[in-house]
Amino acid sequence: MGNGLERRKNGGREIDQEDGLRQVLEEMKALYEQNQSDVNEAKSGGRGDLIPTIKFRHCSLLRNRRCTVAYLYDRLLRIRALRWEYGSVLPNALRFHMSAEEMEWFNHYKKSLATYMRSLGGDEGLDITQDMKPPKSLYIEVRCLKDYGEFEVDDGTSVLLKKNSQHFLPRWKCEQLIRQGILEHVLS
Amino acid sequence: RFIFLFRNNTLKLVFLLFYKWRHYLRLSSIVGKDLVLSHTGKQETCCPYLIGLSFIFPCRPFLFQDPIKGSKLELPLWLAKGLFDNKRRILSVELPKIYQEGWRTVFSADANVVDLHKMGPHFYGFGSQLLHFDSPENADISQSLLQTFIGRFRRIMDSSQNAYNEDTSALVARLDEMERGLFQTGQKGLNDFQGWEKGQASQITASSLVQNYKKRKFTDMED
Repeated sequence: MGNGLERRKNGGREIDQEDGLRQVLEEMKALYEQNQSDVNEAKSGGRGDLIPTIKFRHCSLLRNRRCTVAYLYDRLLRIRALRWEYGSVLPNALRFHMSAEEMEWFNHYKKSLATYMRSLGGDEGLDITQDMKPPKSLYIEVRCLKDYGEFEVDDGTSVLLKKNSQHFLPRWKCEQLIRQGILEHVLS
Repeated sequence: RFIFLFRNNTLKLVFLLFYKWRHYLRLSSIVGKDLVLSHTGKQETCCPYLIGLSFIFPCRPFLFQDPIKGSKLELPLWLAKGLFDNKRRILSVELPKIYQEGWRTVFSADANVVDLHKMGPHFYGFGSQLLHFDSPENADISQSLLQTFIGRFRRIMDSSQNAYNEDTSALVARLDEMERGLFQTGQKGLNDFQGWEKGQASQITASSLVQNYKKRKFTDMED
């Protein structure tokens, strides 16, 4: 009974745990139904000796619930962290492992954050997900870790981001690509 | 922040609920309630305890068949806690050895020599939960937990602050989980500071969540 829960508690959010979750919920349903019938029997048939058993099932139900909720909550915390660490568009591979409800939650969270950011800093708003580390200069040296393609800089010119090429680019344009692992920030 | 909350009663209630909720959901508190406290050092789900007073279990596939009154069983902490009551109608709990007088004496002699990881990786957390079972030794147990921690803390703090870029497995081998968490916190502080000294504090880095994820194999990627 507890073993599925153990695996889930220690397993990462990436793994699709739908099966484990379903098993736990099924077990909870079975426990609950057994308890219902025993409680009725205890009350009407005067079988007080069933009470420890009922208590035992009840403890198991509470335990299963706590583990399930904690697991789902932990996933949510990681999804929330993704918005800050990665950006507002998640890669397909990650999305594949999220449930529809989690995606919905992520979208709500994105929206709340965006609304909040717009309310700061006067008319334009303020992107607080930028400059998470204190910037030392406007332009930074970056090396490309993967082939990315054309990348347009503010003044209209574009740069070809090919693996291992190095460029000197504005920090605010590169930040997201660095976080996504496409570029690497090179310290001089 | 705390003072502000207590001014308003409804906010106070929210604060209490929130605090309890966070503990309820924290994975480390949940795992602690499942752990072994036996000296075999196994990491399975049972915790050694108790003497059943009047257990009656109709045959259910979960655990055991009809424990006889007076029999001794091992149960997970969460289950024992749920079934326990002051009148000991269902079960009574026997303290694991490591919280008993003999071991408490060892700890008071020199807390640093003990391998707390082997003694059940959640020594402090589990010990705190044990207090729930109203043992007459509770006062001594809590004192022992506290003094043991105080005795060991200094060494953990010092070692975590001085081990930079080296293999720390020897340092953490004999620490329980809570102490390991402390050690890690100390290491993080040390590493962050060293990084700052090297000018890395302004270096943008890739998202660690995605880095770890990409290390596992999967088919679809954005490029």
